[in-house]
Amino acid sequence: MNWDWSAVADFMPAFWDGVLTTLQALVLGSLISFTLGLVWAIAFRAPARFIRWPVGLITEFIRNTPLLVQLFFLFFVLPEWGIQFSALTTGIVAIGLHYSTYTAQVYRAGIEAVPAGQWEAATALSLPGRRTWFAVILPQAFRRVVPALGNYVISMLKDTPLLMSIGVLEMLQQARLQGASTFQYTEPLTVVGLAFIVIAYPASLLLRALERRLVR
Amino acid sequence: MTTGLWQHWVLPGIWITIQLTLYSAALATVVAFAVGAARTHRSRFVRFLAGFYTEVFRGTSALVLMFWMFFVLPPLAGWQLVPMWAAVLALGLSYGAYGAEVVRGALNAVAPAQREAGVALSFTPWQRMRLIMLPQAVPEMIPPFSNLLIELLKGTALVSLLGVGDVSFAAYLVRLATLESAQIYTISLVIYFVLAFVLTRGMRALERKAKAGIGQTPPKKILITQKLGLRQQTEMSRDWSSTGGAA
Repeated sequence: MNWDWSAVADFMPAFWDGVLTTLQALVLGSLISFTLGLVWAIAFRAPARFIRWPVGLITEFIRNTPLLVQLFFLFFVLPEWGIQFSALTTGIVAIGLHYSTYTAQVYRAGIEAVPAGQWEAATALSLPGRRTWFAVILPQAFRRVVPALGNYVISMLKDTPLLMSIGVLEMLQQARLQGASTFQYTEPLTVVGLAFIVIAYPASLLLRALERRLVR
Repeated sequence: MTTGLWQHWVLPGIWITIQLTLYSAALATVVAFAVGAARTHRSRFVRFLAGFYTEVFRGTSALVLMFWMFFVLPPLAGWQLVPMWAAVLALGLSYGAYGAEVVRGALNAVAPAQREAGVALSFTPWQRMRLIMLPQAVPEMIPPFSNLLIELLKGTALVSLLGVGDVSFAAYLVRLATLESAQIYTISLVIYFVLAFVLTRGMRALERKAKAGIGQTPPKKILITQKLGLRQQTEMSRDWSSTGGAA
């Protein structure tokens, strides 16, 4: 076994393309999961039971089944229903949907941590529902949830290689194609594995620092 | 879908998924306790090594690790693992790293006076760990372990990309055979959900038993999402069990 630096050099152009695609999937997936998660979290607190129960059931179902199978479901079933997405879009939607069920729990915990007196004060001032949420509750909940949301962004990063299964050219797929064409799997795969550590470890250090600042 | 597809692919696929989950969970438990305990070791060097292990295996993606073990390890080591065992090794090692954080957190949460009492009674470090720390820490570990176990179950779906015939792989073949995707993918999602449900019931029973052993009862569930929920609520700010997802 010998390490071939020229194989690493050959892989670099494809690698950077892969990094870009991975980061694109990560950023857009995070945005979807943050917004959709908030929708779920508010729905958990809906006054009507026929909203709470289905939402609870659906999110639990999504959270406890594999992202990979959901990815295939969206990729193969949606076209049957006449909805055509590109592979990358499907992947982003799948990741965003899957992680929205995690972020929903984070928001829920953050909202529950807002003292009951805040809700009562909003009622006493007869604020409308929308203002209660957006001017009173959520601003207080957000600083509690930021570190936990960040953790899920890192998790999402580590789940982006799953998109290779539907043919998205992210880092792992680039490494695999490179390996298949040059018969040198060692270098591309190792580079990609290290790339994940190089991105994820500083990010988690940053989050810990952020957590110390925000949650006191 | 015909009975032949059920008999030859889906049912064996369920069995493979269960096997993968159990074997990787066993390996992950061993790794978690070994590495987690090492992170509370006296020697700075041992702590550093254990920390390095967790950061590396938590930092990289389980799928990348699986591919690495499948493609890179053979020329490196001169022998090749059967895909099934490459998968067990990859899943066990990476989820073991997440589990190590759970073990470390639970050990650190045991009141320091307990450890000091052990020192005062001149217990050896091994006796302290076995007779004082672990009996109190283990019941605390079970809820986060339960969440990790579901993540692990979800992680086993990745092995289908290496060609191991689990539920997801069976779903893929059935889709090719019947040219219909909605049905089989719905079925396989339900299979995973049922498996996750059974696993959590088992872990809840285990938690009740472990907590009864030290004279505690698990907290009552109140909220609607918790009633429905398979996941155990763990403290959010230090979310030991957030692997996040398959990996």
